[in-house]
Amino acid sequence: MQEEQEQYTFDFLTETAEIVTESRDEISVRIGDFAGPLDLLLYLIRQEQANIFDIPIARITDEYLSYIRLMKTLDIAVAADFLVMAAQLIEVKSKMLLPRDPFAEPDEEVEDPRKELVDRLLEYEKYKSAAQMLYEKATIEQAVFPRGKIESDDNNAEISATVFDLITIFQKIVERQKEKITMEIERDEVSLADMIKRLKQRIFEHAELSLASFFEEFETRRELVTAFIAVLEVVRTESVKLIQKQTFDDIILKKV
Amino acid sequence: MSEEAEQVEQAVETAKRSRSTGELMALAEALIFVADEPIMARTIADVLEEDKASVEAALEALCEEYDTRESGLQVRAVAGGWQIATRTELHEDVRRFLKTRPSAKLSIAALETLAVIAYKQPVTVPEILEIRGVQSASAIKTLLEKRLIVTKGHKETVGRPMQYGTSKEFLIHFGLKDLNDLPSVEDFEDLVQ
Repeated sequence: MQEEQEQYTFDFLTETAEIVTESRDEISVRIGDFAGPLDLLLYLIRQEQANIFDIPIARITDEYLSYIRLMKTLDIAVAADFLVMAAQLIEVKSKMLLPRDPFAEPDEEVEDPRKELVDRLLEYEKYKSAAQMLYEKATIEQAVFPRGKIESDDNNAEISATVFDLITIFQKIVERQKEKITMEIERDEVSLADMIKRLKQRIFEHAELSLASFFEEFETRRELVTAFIAVLEVVRTESVKLIQKQTFDDIILKKV
Repeated sequence: MSEEAEQVEQAVETAKRSRSTGELMALAEALIFVADEPIMARTIADVLEEDKASVEAALEALCEEYDTRESGLQVRAVAGGWQIATRTELHEDVRRFLKTRPSAKLSIAALETLAVIAYKQPVTVPEILEIRGVQSASAIKTLLEKRLIVTKGHKETVGRPMQYGTSKEFLIHFGLKDLNDLPSVEDFEDLVQ
């Protein structure tokens, strides 16, 4: 009786409280090898060597619930799906425990409370097999190689820019700024930290940023130098790529 | 038009019309070889100004010829077109030369989601949830990123949910001729029971 008691007081709140949301990746969310509550349920039924059309619901529910207790690090969304299934199992189990309606006609067909669950399991298992089939097909397909692509600028657009390309483009800008007639106005100097912040903001706003247009925003040599250092710093520390489609072309800063 | 020119033109015309199967095979092979993606029999027929049936016959013959002489290459139908590719058995040595490893496999969750989409398309997220019993949002994101699935418009029901279906890349990735090339989902029922 003690055991029975325990499984009815299964506390969803305490269970969910233990959930750690470290990873949002669905792969790491699988508990063991289970792709979802139906998958886990199928596994338990197979392990019990039970007939899928006559599931020993009390035993399977027990095992399902104890399995859930074992799960320590889960993603919330998946945990919720597993808990929904737990609730459904308990509901089916309680329906099975109820005595037959004494006022019902003796020959009246009563639907098995497990029917809906069995239908879902069978339907799911078809797609589980289909997934297995796709896996095999993909594995075979990976052993087949078509003709390699012909190297051309078209399919090799991302030639990474070197430091020298960066310096060249920087010098061009400096030259251009020299030619401009500027009026010197007293103004606050931009610090490197501010410049990095500004650059990051620009990149993350549009996902990519033309280096030339960024440099052109600045007038003084000092600002330009700061901007240049900021670019080097951002490329070094952040996940930002430098892309140059063609030699001497503009360099694009791109978020990875 | 001079008599000579007329003769030349006639010769060209007759040459076009009376290409032998062997010639057609050679032409089809050349086109498949230079094509970046699987090339359709229809396209080959249009380029060569031949009817589709004779091109298809030539393609079949070409396949057989490759098989008969146990070529290292195979001519095969994939994603609604034709492609020349290396033979499966040779993959180890080919891979050693290319210095590639098999690319990252899809997760079980992604494969299951893809299976549901492949067989039930067009299908919505709630419908996938119903079958899998688990949220599939991140799997769908992965599949969209890998371009294995595409959006197929909204379903005209409450909330107008987005519908998904498989793409041409899906057929290429799994080496399928077309969607009918997938085993029937009912075949899996026998396995289940």
